[in-house]
Amino acid sequence: MNNTTSQENSSIGKLLYERLFKNKEGLIAFVILAVVILIILPSSLSAFRLNLAGKYLCYAFAAVGLVMCWGNAGILCLGQGLFFGAGGYCMAMFLKLEASDPESTAIQSTPGIPDFMDWNQVTEIPWFWHPFKSLPLTIALIIVLPAVLAFILSVFYFKGRVSGVVFAILTQSMVACLWYFIVGNQGYFGGINGITDLKTLLGWDIRTESAHYILYYLCSILLLLCILASRYILSTRLGRVLIAQRDKEMRVRFSGYNITSFRIFIFCFAAVISAIGGAMFTLQVGFMSPNLIGVVPSIDMVIFTAVGGRESLFGAVYGALAVNAAKTAFSEAYAAQWLFFYGATFIVIVLYLPKGLAGIYQDHIKKLVSKFAQRTNSDEIPNLPVEKEENSAK
Amino acid sequence: MDDYTYEEIYSIVVMQSFSGISLMCIFILMGLGLYIIFGQMGVINMAHAEFLVLGSYTMCLFSKFVTENFPAFTDYYIIFAIPLSFCVAFGVGYLIEWFLISRLYHRPLDTLLATWGLSLIMQQCFRSFIGAREMSADLPEWLLGSWAASDIIDIPISGLVLLLLTICLTAGLAVYKSKTRMGLRMQATTQNREMTSALGINTKMTDRVTFGIACGISGIAGAFFTTMASTSPSAGTNYIVDSFLVLVVGGLGSLVGLFVSGGFLALLSSILEFFMTGSIAKVWLYLIIFVVLMKFTRGLFSDKIRS
Repeated sequence: MNNTTSQENSSIGKLLYERLFKNKEGLIAFVILAVVILIILPSSLSAFRLNLAGKYLCYAFAAVGLVMCWGNAGILCLGQGLFFGAGGYCMAMFLKLEASDPESTAIQSTPGIPDFMDWNQVTEIPWFWHPFKSLPLTIALIIVLPAVLAFILSVFYFKGRVSGVVFAILTQSMVACLWYFIVGNQGYFGGINGITDLKTLLGWDIRTESAHYILYYLCSILLLLCILASRYILSTRLGRVLIAQRDKEMRVRFSGYNITSFRIFIFCFAAVISAIGGAMFTLQVGFMSPNLIGVVPSIDMVIFTAVGGRESLFGAVYGALAVNAAKTAFSEAYAAQWLFFYGATFIVIVLYLPKGLAGIYQDHIKKLVSKFAQRTNSDEIPNLPVEKEENSAK
Repeated sequence: MDDYTYEEIYSIVVMQSFSGISLMCIFILMGLGLYIIFGQMGVINMAHAEFLVLGSYTMCLFSKFVTENFPAFTDYYIIFAIPLSFCVAFGVGYLIEWFLISRLYHRPLDTLLATWGLSLIMQQCFRSFIGAREMSADLPEWLLGSWAASDIIDIPISGLVLLLLTICLTAGLAVYKSKTRMGLRMQATTQNREMTSALGINTKMTDRVTFGIACGISGIAGAFFTTMASTSPSAGTNYIVDSFLVLVVGGLGSLVGLFVSGGFLALLSSILEFFMTGSIAKVWLYLIIFVVLMKFTRGLFSDKIRS
């Protein structure tokens, strides 16, 4: 759709084109990503594998969020699972309420409440579950709740100029806090087992194959929209201030910018993106549990980002797909060796490829491509996708 | 209160305070290795908890070895097991600094990621080479006993040894840091690497030894944790958040701060666990720490300003 606006050459369209893609290269990279996740993956994978790919794409939301707040604003968040989980749990609570109508829970001692509440002697739905009876309110909460959490988490610390490592440790302790909170409140949030047995969304069965396809497409399109929104933010002056404060904090402060509010904004933005991913995760996987959002999964999200390239939005998606695909493939075949390989990959990437997959493209393939393009010169566009896809395959 | 005599209340207070002090010692021991690596060297060692586990495993395996081969020796092996766990953890730490950490001093946030990879590898090593099952050490009789200070007061010997060990390690570390040649070199290197190396001090060697010592101290701490809980390959994940928090609350780079924050966290968690279940107590503990750090963004005691 943005292709057409760019070709219309109207001033708004042109501005938007420049904002979103910067140049032809950006547009091509975006189109390739869209083609890969909207056409190539669905046509080449079985329904089961596609559902897995959809799950990986949900992690890509968190990775995109981390690219924004870590790669481009220099705020490392080791607790992205907190927001991913907030979104995921909001969606899970909505679906759970729908799944536990009085007829299907007739065998319980109190029909009409979620099964884990019944097991834990809770006899009525607690007040904080009531908003999740309506879908619009749930969707609003998926967006608002993580933003509020991120705001509370960051506002005092960024004002006190805490950043870098200490903030990373704090976010980690907060995600541990959420883990303990859910595990400790078995009657209200399902405890360590999580919220399971989710069946329908407004009467539509989400466990069927066709539903998996539709949810996959919904997830992909939302991801692409999030990437566009992120690119838009990076292209504005706001984005440039963020990058500037990442590189030279003091210089930006002395130029009269209030860095704190910029940082809070980007942190909340990243949180919201991750939460959307979490909600899509619940829809596609059909359950949510604290072990999907604890300390270790949160660090995994940072790993996806680092593998893809911490400054590249597209890289984050490829990183999440590649790492998760490798994880599934290897741990199916060689469970014991997998962690050695995973750990070693990570060390190698940190030592030799600090820019991740996107770095390989920028440092090596881009040069080849431009050389090749200069030689042929006549037909520039068809060559680029081929090279870029090799990159993503790595 | 009428049911209790003054004597009994006094005894309860003494015993409860002692268990609180033991908890404080655990927090301090967790943070001690990180105090050097993170507080002094600026390296975020996510594999820190795995060094604790490494110490625990050394202790367990050594105790197994001794009880199988020299049963007569069972009562005294702990005296050798503790230096041994120091040596093992020191050796591993030394090598890791050499091959991995030394390349990353100019990128502190990246050490976090690299050492996370390292911790995964170490966990898998424990699982593959030692076994996935939980393990515990056969403790000598005398350590399991208790010291009856009066008719009612019973103080566990292991707690006393823990206290003694914590005091020795902390005092030793303080002396090492400010009185020995190596310690002064360590401080010089962390303050200004280029200048120190220009003055003819081998900074690479200093880093390696410092890192090794920090890992060794974690090894000792881990060895002692086996007296309280069993060890499993992924036991480290239970320690990692707490050990970083105890350091951050205390303020990076301050031993006094580490002591105070260890005491603070121990006091808080004992009080909280008295009133609620374990996991909810943890939630409140983290939330209270969060609020405290809002006020003291640089920790309770910080002896230098860091950017």
